[in-house]
Amino acid sequence: MDLTAETDEHSQELKRRSETSPAEGAIERGAVLRGVATSDDVDVEITDDETMIINMGPQHPSTHGVLRLMLELDGETVLRCKPIIGYLHTGMEKTGEDLTYLQGPTNVTRMDYASPLNNELVFALAVEKLLELELPARAQWIRMLMAELNRISSHLLFLATNGMDLGAISMMIYGFRDRESVLAFFEKTTGLRMNHNYIRPGGVAADLPDGWRDDVLRICDDLPVHLDEYDQLLTGQPIWRERTQGIGVITQEQAIAVSATGPILRSTGLPWDLRRTIPYLFYDQLEFDVVVGTYGDTFDRYAIRLNEVRESIKLVRQILDRMPAGDYRAQDKKVTPPPRARIDESMEALIHHFKIFTEGYKVPEGEVYVAIESPRGELGCYIVSDGSARPYRLHIRAPSFVNLQVLPHLLRGGLVADAVAVISSVDPIMGEVDR
Amino acid sequence: MSDTDVPAGEVAVEEPALIHGFPSSLSHGQLVVHVDAGHYLELVTALRDDGYAFCADLTVVDYLLAIDRPMPTGVTPERFEVVVNLLSMDEGTRVRVRAQVPESDPTVPTLFGLYPGTEAMEREAYDMFGVVFEGHPDLTRILMPDDWEGHPLRKDYAVGRIPVQFKDAPGPR
Repeated sequence: MDLTAETDEHSQELKRRSETSPAEGAIERGAVLRGVATSDDVDVEITDDETMIINMGPQHPSTHGVLRLMLELDGETVLRCKPIIGYLHTGMEKTGEDLTYLQGPTNVTRMDYASPLNNELVFALAVEKLLELELPARAQWIRMLMAELNRISSHLLFLATNGMDLGAISMMIYGFRDRESVLAFFEKTTGLRMNHNYIRPGGVAADLPDGWRDDVLRICDDLPVHLDEYDQLLTGQPIWRERTQGIGVITQEQAIAVSATGPILRSTGLPWDLRRTIPYLFYDQLEFDVVVGTYGDTFDRYAIRLNEVRESIKLVRQILDRMPAGDYRAQDKKVTPPPRARIDESMEALIHHFKIFTEGYKVPEGEVYVAIESPRGELGCYIVSDGSARPYRLHIRAPSFVNLQVLPHLLRGGLVADAVAVISSVDPIMGEVDR
Repeated sequence: MSDTDVPAGEVAVEEPALIHGFPSSLSHGQLVVHVDAGHYLELVTALRDDGYAFCADLTVVDYLLAIDRPMPTGVTPERFEVVVNLLSMDEGTRVRVRAQVPESDPTVPTLFGLYPGTEAMEREAYDMFGVVFEGHPDLTRILMPDDWEGHPLRKDYAVGRIPVQFKDAPGPR
């Protein structure tokens, strides 16, 4: 069996210099704004004989799943890079066309598995926009609470893996420890640690459990102490700074050109956060700072995520103070199944329940694009409805998928060892990249 | 979409306001501009010069099963639609371009020159729908294997099944 032939990606792969067209090579060199090769490029004189093309991934521990990078190296310097993706592609957008709007969240929640609640949120917001459904205030505040907690858990996962990638193994254990405290709350509320199917069109699946306020307060009290410890462990530490500062630099212009969002865009100094700039839910009523960087390097992206955890804790505390009483889902008979108690006494309620869960509810014709700020950037959902109970087309604008395009630019001219730091700082979630 | 009635969320279908000479509509409060494949690049260039400097998303919809969908006057619905979501970061506003691409010649010019970030998105759209983006520097499949046949998100592409062993199916031994 010829393994090379079996695993070959043919034209998707990084080709030798002599076989690469100038335009294609420009992308691989990360020449986003520079266009095709110019004579002052460092490697313009280098021929195929002097370089080596190697694979990093898909089974490399620092590539966060199944990201495969083909790197062209001159010694230890990365000259060209091409991300090869699709190893986790399961056709989730096609699957989404086969699931009713009620089943939809179970599908989208599996895309970005580090922040599932954000995926459910954007799907639910898009469907509700098509339905023109008004939600009770409590449902929206619960969504904000869960989305912010999810941002915390996602950024803690980033801190853990980022630390591990750079050799700070203890950070991995601390990060996972703190993330677990948030996931424990998720489990109590939604029944699952991940892939919750909690935020659904029409509200949320269940009200917050008894004692939720104490649980959330405990997270809010414990975390800041731990975050200060991480500051001591990493932020000010000379080795950490050596490894991250000035590595993988991107400018604001370049980040906008390649449509990068989230911490990558903010690390260049642009305070672009959809929670602030195009607010959804009740974010316009809350006070928080948009954390930005200055240099657009790996350190900035690390520091932004660390401090965004602090901002999210601030937000969670405000949400706790303002959580209104009321219903946790819209009492719209079309979308919401009848309460469990009614099913025992009313035949119509039973039929209604059965209909909603088998046929689903119909959504009026139309198309809508909704975007929210996920921990990784702009998470968009484009739904086309043909008036039936299933989306005609479901498209998720995955921030990781688009953000991966900065990699050739960030890696160029750096060392292979720095590549590990840079990939980690882009924080791609392959489930979302490949969908 | 067999109904000829205008759907509830869409207004201004009868008398569309023109944006750069192209009909527009509001879909649930979101600004949509309709264009044909020939003027697609011209419109997006004009919008970029208006300040829509950020291309948030590019995707394709296959309207094979809903070809008679309601459209503003002056727009001929085609099988494929290239949908581009542009964003103006100064204004905080979005605009959506829906370009009609005929089945007989599913080709549109690439936006790579305007927005280098569309590189991966156009590759995905090509991979999933077979819409060709002319002038794209590296138009290859991105999610599917290179030797894959067909374009999976097209409506005439079946979901497919993995053969599972049941009692009536012959076993492996």
